[in-house]
Amino acid sequence: MGRTLLRHWPLLFLAFAAVVPTVALSNYQLFQLTMVAVYAVAILGLNIVTGFNGQISLGHGAFYAVGAYVTAIMMDKWGVPYWATLPVSALICACTGFLVGLPALRLGGLYLALTTFALAVATPQLLKYKLFEGWTGGVQGIVIDKPDPPFGLPINADQWLYLFSLAVAAVMFLLAANLVRGRIGRAMMAVRDQPTAAEAMGIDLAMFKTRTFAVSAMLTGIAGSLGAIAIQFVAPDSFAVFLSITLFVGLVVGGVASIGGTIFGAFFIEFVPNLAEQVSKAAPGAVYGIILIAFLFLMPGGLAGALRKLLRLA
Amino acid sequence: MDGLLHQVFSGLATGGIYASVALALVMIYQATHHVNFAQGEMAMFSTYIALTLIQAGVPYWWAFAITLVVSFAIGAVIQRVLMTPMANAPVLASVGIFIGLLLMFNSCAGWFFGYTLKPFPSPFGEGKPMLAGYLSRHELGSTAVTLAVLLSVWAFFRFTRLGLAMRAAAYNPASSRLVGVNVDRMLALGWGLAAAIGAIAGMMVAHVVFLEPNMMSGVLLYAFAGALLGGITSPMGAVIGGFVVGVLENLGGAYVVGAELKLSLALVIIVAVLVIKPSGLFGRTIVSRV
Repeated sequence: MGRTLLRHWPLLFLAFAAVVPTVALSNYQLFQLTMVAVYAVAILGLNIVTGFNGQISLGHGAFYAVGAYVTAIMMDKWGVPYWATLPVSALICACTGFLVGLPALRLGGLYLALTTFALAVATPQLLKYKLFEGWTGGVQGIVIDKPDPPFGLPINADQWLYLFSLAVAAVMFLLAANLVRGRIGRAMMAVRDQPTAAEAMGIDLAMFKTRTFAVSAMLTGIAGSLGAIAIQFVAPDSFAVFLSITLFVGLVVGGVASIGGTIFGAFFIEFVPNLAEQVSKAAPGAVYGIILIAFLFLMPGGLAGALRKLLRLA
Repeated sequence: MDGLLHQVFSGLATGGIYASVALALVMIYQATHHVNFAQGEMAMFSTYIALTLIQAGVPYWWAFAITLVVSFAIGAVIQRVLMTPMANAPVLASVGIFIGLLLMFNSCAGWFFGYTLKPFPSPFGEGKPMLAGYLSRHELGSTAVTLAVLLSVWAFFRFTRLGLAMRAAAYNPASSRLVGVNVDRMLALGWGLAAAIGAIAGMMVAHVVFLEPNMMSGVLLYAFAGALLGGITSPMGAVIGGFVVGVLENLGGAYVVGAELKLSLALVIIVAVLVIKPSGLFGRTIVSRV
């Protein structure tokens, strides 16, 4: 009995996460948890490529931005319902990821980190570009409406938004976990750990890495869509390079190449900056910097790695 | 035509700054195969140190010299304390540390000195434009300083024993150790030099773009583009690449994409180099033994 329960811990966790906060928490706290779910999916995307495939991306904020803008534009300009924007956003982000990854991943090494870093720095400028202004709203951004709960459910909009985001996140986690556990996941890790051997086994390195990058961009893009719906607003300056760095910090703190650790990372980047900001406007950056370096030195496995070690000791 | 020449000249002036930062990046890349994402923020922080000294009444060139010494020390200490233990760690760890440093320098600068734009004095005076009106006094002066720096770095590596030892340590650490070169000390020295070169670039550019904690993010991006364009394995190439990127940026900003998209131009250059000639104009093609 106990063992069956343990095996199904993700399901139990999900049921707990769906019911308890919806009943017990205020709307603002629910919004924060919604953002945790959003960030968890975003970091999950980054984890697929950086954690499992070993290719460092410093620009996943750009894909988050693309997802957010696709959803906002479709909802605002064409009146598409929020849920229907997710598949479109997934497709567009996957294609964008493929195109960005293609030139950089041919070469391996640090070229992806360099290119994605440049992409992250240039993103706000691209979003403000005049030619797109008719769609993107330029510097002003786009305001979108908060979706109402469907089927006359007896809950308010914030509760529905939380449940919706949680459900999407759960599906993404399931897909990612299966992807990583299967044949493709083994190939990803082979490419990360032993590229030469992987190539000898018949894996086309450049193409494989680029496809992985596309999947990872897709996940982060879906997170961007969810984030736009939750915040009901997109603007270029919320997608500056700091967002990409934040996701990277969440990845390292949560645990590189750990699906579950992603959730720790998401909690970290949602709540720690708020706490730090009470000290000073500059504090979140300083705290991130110190914690990033401290984790790399003391806990390279992140919180998930530390927890695993603790459980093994116990 | 006159306008074009003007753009080219001021492009060369900013290009000199990109060239310096690109050189600093390539120096560290050659020695350790790390790309220092914090190079720009370190330079920005050094510039704040210089401004603090100047405001305290230290004459400009004294402040300049003290800043160089302090920056050198900061760079060497970072190498000793943070990078040496991580020498054999996976790439993710070193990139993570650079990003951590970037965040720390950026927010410490904001914390200590504030986020408002600050004017930075120029040692060359405001004065009339020179060279038939193509360059301002500051542009001319900063280009001269940059060229002097690049030339002395070249001479240092080419003609001194220490420079030779540093090149050897970067090229083949194991053999250099066997002939008695202290490789760790050479690496620290390289980091210090790179930090000092970055500091000069920061002090020269601050008069143009004004000093604030995010001053260098654009410069760093252009320096990346310059280093890649010239070939990240070639210091000389990085310098030339920096100048070329400066000119391209100015011309592109003035005639093609407009000022709002200038940063994206760096991205375009980076992607174009990776697609067309990944080894850059002057770099070695890297062949790995399988």
